[in-house]
Amino acid sequence: MTQTTKSNRKLLTMLILGSVGMFGFGFALVPLYDVLCDALGINGKPQGTASTYEAVVVDKNRTVTIEFIAHVQSGMAWTFTPQVNRIEVHPGQLTHAKFLAHNLSTKDTVGQAIPSVSPGQGAAYFNKTECFCFNQQPLAASATAELPLIFYVDPDLPASINTLTLSYTLYDITGKAVNAIEQGAAK
Amino acid sequence: MSTMTHEQTTDHEHHDEHHGAPKGLMRWVLTTNHKDIGSLYLWFSFLMFLTGGAMAMVIRAELFQPGLQLVEPNFFNQMTTVHGLIMVFGAVMPAFTGLANWLIPMMIGAPDMALPRMNNWSFWILPFAFSLLIGSLFMEGGGPNFGWTFYAPLSTTYSPDTTALFVFAVHIMGISSIMGAINVIVTIVNMRAPGMTWMKLPLFVWTWLITAFLLIAVMPVLAGAVTMVLTDKFFGTSFFDAAGGGDPVMFQHIFWFFGHPEVYIMILPSFGIISAIVPAFSRKPLFGYASMVYATASIAILSFLVWAHHMFTTGMPVFAELFFMYCTMLIAVPTGVKVFNWVATMWRGAMTFETPMLFSLAFIILFTIGGFSGLMLAITPADFQYHDTYFVVAHFHYVLVSGAVFSIMAAAYYWLPKWTGYMYDETLGKWHFWCSVVSVNILFFPMHFLGLAGMPRRIPDYAIQFADVNQIVSIGGFAFGLSQLIFLYLVIKCVRGGDKAPAKPWEGSEGLEWTIASPAPYHSFTTPPEVK
Ligand SMILES: [Cu+2]
Repeated sequence: MTQTTKSNRKLLTMLILGSVGMFGFGFALVPLYDVLCDALGINGKPQGTASTYEAVVVDKNRTVTIEFIAHVQSGMAWTFTPQVNRIEVHPGQLTHAKFLAHNLSTKDTVGQAIPSVSPGQGAAYFNKTECFCFNQQPLAASATAELPLIFYVDPDLPASINTLTLSYTLYDITGKAVNAIEQGAAK
Repeated sequence: MSTMTHEQTTDHEHHDEHHGAPKGLMRWVLTTNHKDIGSLYLWFSFLMFLTGGAMAMVIRAELFQPGLQLVEPNFFNQMTTVHGLIMVFGAVMPAFTGLANWLIPMMIGAPDMALPRMNNWSFWILPFAFSLLIGSLFMEGGGPNFGWTFYAPLSTTYSPDTTALFVFAVHIMGISSIMGAINVIVTIVNMRAPGMTWMKLPLFVWTWLITAFLLIAVMPVLAGAVTMVLTDKFFGTSFFDAAGGGDPVMFQHIFWFFGHPEVYIMILPSFGIISAIVPAFSRKPLFGYASMVYATASIAILSFLVWAHHMFTTGMPVFAELFFMYCTMLIAVPTGVKVFNWVATMWRGAMTFETPMLFSLAFIILFTIGGFSGLMLAITPADFQYHDTYFVVAHFHYVLVSGAVFSIMAAAYYWLPKWTGYMYDETLGKWHFWCSVVSVNILFFPMHFLGLAGMPRRIPDYAIQFADVNQIVSIGGFAFGLSQLIFLYLVIKCVRGGDKAPAKPWEGSEGLEWTIASPAPYHSFTTPPEVK
C-alpha cells in the first residue's frame, strides 16, 4: 500500500511539473513565434530599424511594382493615405514616398504606424533607410502632417516576386504614449 | 505479505457490510468515491448539455427566418459563444471524465481512482466555473460575445468587461480537467490488477490514457492564451496588439495549438467506447486490437502538427499551407484503420441491435461523414471557399454531436444496467435513438449546402435565398432538442427501478466490470482480481 502511495506521489509530481512546464511553453511560444517568423521571413514583418544605403547596385533591367496601402484603426479620428498608390522601381534604386496624415479630432493624438509587407517572403527584401514608422507620430488637434518614407528593394529579391505591397495600419497610442512620457519623467 | 493482504481485505469487506454509501447531501459534497464522482460528472454534463442546448434553440429560433426577430445581434453572439463553450467544456469533456471515473477503476480491477481527494476537487470546482460563465450573461455589458475561439482583437480590444470572468472560468475549467487527467494517468499506471498488462487494457482505458496526456499537454497552453488575453485587455500588455509590437495572428497559432488536440480530446474516448460496444453486440472479439492502440497514439501525435489548417486564410506562405494540408490528410489514415476495424468486427458477427449498438452504428456512419467533410476542409484551395461558412459548422457538429455525443449516449445505455442495477426501457431507448438520428441529420446535413452556397457562420441574419433551408435546419434542431428529453425521462425511470439487471446483461460483453454485481457495489475490487 505504501509502495503504491509512494509511486503515486512520484508520478503526481512529474505530471504537475509537466502541466506547469506546458503553461510556460504557452508563453515561450511568443518569442518563439517572433524568432521563427524572423528566421523564415514568413509573416511579412519588415525590419524595425533603418538600414543603410551603401554600395547597392541598381538593377535597371528589372522593374518591381510597389503598392502602398494605409489603414486607420477603427475609432481613431485620423485620415491616413499614401500620396501615390503605386510606383514602379528598379531593385536597388533609392526611392522617396510620402504618406499624408490628418488629425480630424479636437484632441492631440499620438499615432503609431505598423508596417506589413505582402507577400510575406518579400518582407526581408524591403529595406527602409528612413520611415515614420520607426517613431511615434504626435499630431495636434486638426493638424496635418507629411510622413516620409525612403526605401529601396534589395536586388536579391526572388524572381518570382514582381509586386510588393506595403501596408501600414495606424494605431492610436495616445494613452500608452502619455504613460511612457510620465514614466520617463518619474525616472 | 500474502497473509497481511488477506487480513486487510477481510477487514475491509466486514467494514463494507455495515457502511454502504453515506446518506444525505454531504455525501455528494464530500465524496471521494469514484462511482459517486462519476455520477456527479455525468449529471452535471447532462445539465450543461440541456443548458447549452437551450442556447442552441435560441440561435435556431432566431435563424428560423431572415431578419432580426427575437434577439439583438450582440445577444445572438453571446449565445453562439456560450453555447460553444458550454458544449465543449461543460457537456462533452465532463461526460468523458464521468465515464472515466465510473469505468476505469472497474475495468482495470482497482478499488478506486488513485487520488480520490483530488478527484473530489476536480469535480466541485466545475459548477463554480460555469456559474461564473453563465452569470456573466446577466451582467452589465453582457457575457462573452467573441466566439468560443475568442480571437484577438475581438476578445481584447472589442470585448465586454465581463471578459475577466470568462478568463477566470476558463482557468478553473482547465485546472479541473488537468486534475482529472492526472488522476486518470496515475490510476492506469499504478493501479492495474495483477496480470492486467498494457496490451490487455480495454480500449476505453487506452484511449483515455492517451487523451489524458493530450489534456496535460494542451490545457495549460489554453490557460496561457486566456491569461495573455486578460493582460492585453486589462494590464496594458501587447501580446496580440500590433500597435505595441504584438501580433493578432499569433493568437490564432497559440489557440489552435491547443484547439486541434482539443478536438481529439473530445473524440478519442469515443473511439474507446465504440470499440467496447461493437464487439459486444457482434459477439466477436474486436478486430485488430493492437492496431487500434497504435492508431490512437498516432492520431494523438499527429494532432500537434496540424493546427494551422484552421488558419489557411491568414496569409501563410505556400510551403506552410502544403505542410499543414498534408499532415491533416495523413490523420485520415489511422482514423480509417479504426473505422475499418469496427466494420471488420461486425463482419459475419451474430449482430443484435439494442440501443447502445444502434447509437454505435450511427456513430460510425455519421462520424465518417464528418471526417470526410474534414478532409474537404483540409484541402487548402478549397478551404478558401469553405472557411467560416456553415460548411464548417456542419463538419464539426457531425463529429461532435453525431460523433462524440452519440458515443456518450451509447455508453450511457450500455453501462446503465451496471450503474443502476436495472435494465432501461428498451422501447423508449429505441424511440430516443430514432428520433435523434433522424432529427440530427435534418439539423446538420442541410448546413453543408448552406455553407457551400456561401452562408457565413455566427450571424443573426442572412440573405433571403437561405431562408427555406434554414427553416428545415431549425425544425431539425427543435426536434433534436426535444428528443433528448426522452433520454432524461428514460434515465430517471431506470434509476428508480425496472427489471433487475444481471451482473452481465449483454451476452457478448467482455471486461472486468461485468464480473461484479449490478448495481456495482459502492466498493468494488477491494481485493484485486487475477487477470489471466
Ligand atoms: Cu484542427
